[in-house]
Amino acid sequence: MQPAELTAIDIVTAVRQGDLTAVQCTQAFLQRIEAHNGSINAFLNVDTAGALATAERIDKRRSQGLPIGPLAGLPVAVKDAICTADQPTTCASKMLAHFRPPYDAEVVARLRAADAVIVGKTNMDEFAMGGSNENSAFGPVRNPWDVTRAPGGSSGGSAACVAADMAPVAIGSDTGGSIRQPAGLCGITGLKPTYGRVSRRGLVAFASSLDQIGPMARSAADCALIMETIAGHDPGDATSLTGGVPRYSTQLDQPLAGVRIGRVPEHFAAGLDPEVARGVEEAFAVFKAAGATVHDIQLPHAKYGVPTYYLIAPCEASSNLARYDGAHYGHRATRRDEEGHRTPRRDEAAHGTTPHTEGAFESPLVEMYCRSRAEGFGPEVKRRIMLGTYALSAGYYDAYYAKALRVRRLIRQDYLDAFEQVDLIGGPVSATAAFKLGEKTNDPLAMYLVDLYTVTANLAGVGGISFPCGFTKSGLPIGFQLQAPALGEGLLLRATDRFQHLTAWHQRRPKSIPSATPAVR
Amino acid sequence: MTISRQDVAKVGLLARLALSEAELDTMTAELSNIVGFVSLLAELDTSHVEPLAHPLDTHNVFRDDIPQPSLTTAEALQSAPRHDGECFLVPAVLNESGAA
Repeated sequence: MQPAELTAIDIVTAVRQGDLTAVQCTQAFLQRIEAHNGSINAFLNVDTAGALATAERIDKRRSQGLPIGPLAGLPVAVKDAICTADQPTTCASKMLAHFRPPYDAEVVARLRAADAVIVGKTNMDEFAMGGSNENSAFGPVRNPWDVTRAPGGSSGGSAACVAADMAPVAIGSDTGGSIRQPAGLCGITGLKPTYGRVSRRGLVAFASSLDQIGPMARSAADCALIMETIAGHDPGDATSLTGGVPRYSTQLDQPLAGVRIGRVPEHFAAGLDPEVARGVEEAFAVFKAAGATVHDIQLPHAKYGVPTYYLIAPCEASSNLARYDGAHYGHRATRRDEEGHRTPRRDEAAHGTTPHTEGAFESPLVEMYCRSRAEGFGPEVKRRIMLGTYALSAGYYDAYYAKALRVRRLIRQDYLDAFEQVDLIGGPVSATAAFKLGEKTNDPLAMYLVDLYTVTANLAGVGGISFPCGFTKSGLPIGFQLQAPALGEGLLLRATDRFQHLTAWHQRRPKSIPSATPAVR
Repeated sequence: MTISRQDVAKVGLLARLALSEAELDTMTAELSNIVGFVSLLAELDTSHVEPLAHPLDTHNVFRDDIPQPSLTTAEALQSAPRHDGECFLVPAVLNESGAA
């Protein structure tokens, strides 16, 4: 078997036993990237030299009989929202096109300490805002199952590179579904841990009360392996949870007898594609065969999830993204900004025929801020900053932001009530399989609704996992989502692993990936 | 819910985003549409529900007051668009008239 087809567990076992060197393994994946990234556009940066140098160091240490880490020789792709001191970190934005972080994110530091090999940085929706990867300033990612379709987002590059065997494992981040939805549309396994389980230090902030980093791989067993390295308390993240991290890998092999899985009838209402519905129902049958029981439950406020999310996330984003001021790091407009031109004051501008922001700057500094941000951010990021700024502004705060926070409590209470009756909640990840590139780009609201089944877990802070549970007639993956109470990662991984022992959907691979870049639209 | 073009222009200033005339037009239509959608929440009676800002029961986290290494000046300045080795350089903070 080619190294690029091995699972993460196979790779670390083979490297430890000396059946495969870290260099051989790294080279195999770099060759896959070389062959296929042109058509998929999953990577924004590939660190060939750095990855090979790391792999050589690991092989040398092993040959000298020195200890090697638990992930020794394992190639890992990292979403470009996560800081790497030795590679650019662009967040797929022109704003950060030339940014070089002064430090590694905590997850990257942990991966390196475990002797993983960071092969590159993956494409994404700009600042993780989007559900299709079409908001990247550096071109969309294409779905390896059909390159005319979107891979989902925002961690689309991380999902696509694993689906196309360009990396055995990728790290993503999930603010409203950004790990689970692309994992579902690309036919891989993606875990969004409980809020706070994995340190966010060094993750470029989007919505700080919702953001969470997690693993994306071909199986739950591989995700479990990665979680053992990246999860756990970090004093550098004040929201990081302090509890110990279970040995997830050793707890997978337990039967599901007695595990109660909730099914939400409203998930199957109009809007859910019939093929997806069938795949999801068949997955419930597999879980029953594995000894679990399935119970219909209610999440009464689920329909308010998307509107609640699209207030809270943009509000937090408008605050977080205020840091991009053209002064400290990131893009700075060069026009007129330091030539000493006098610009009109706000009160003067207000007397013009049309009050608008062009030319209405209070000072050269404010003009530099406004122009730098206008040039650096793409349309969706601007839209969310504007929406958040509006919802937080005087006169609207109570009607929008504070209202959304109250509904957020109701949504969390729904989960607490449901988890009194069941151990897990199952259902679809997305209403449809992968959609066509360009299909939703002119309709922001239609794009927001792709998060329908995923945003509530972030609002409640609970964990979720998605994995393939079938394929459509046209050969596109269908995703299944499980959600668990806080700190239920062990059960999410175990239930998915049991499912993957009874099914082979997660082992399917895209048949052929074109090597040239296809025309889109 | 409709948002006026003037509202959008004001929010653009608050958000420190220079918007072109064309962006003002599209943003006015799109924000009205989105705000109309999120206004679905108004149908819920939340008068007796406390806001939930964060999924964790958060509290201040303090570390021991012991000096620790942090970024050096050079590291902090390494991605700055303009600096003089000590400070970030920015355009004039005040206008010629002195009005901020």
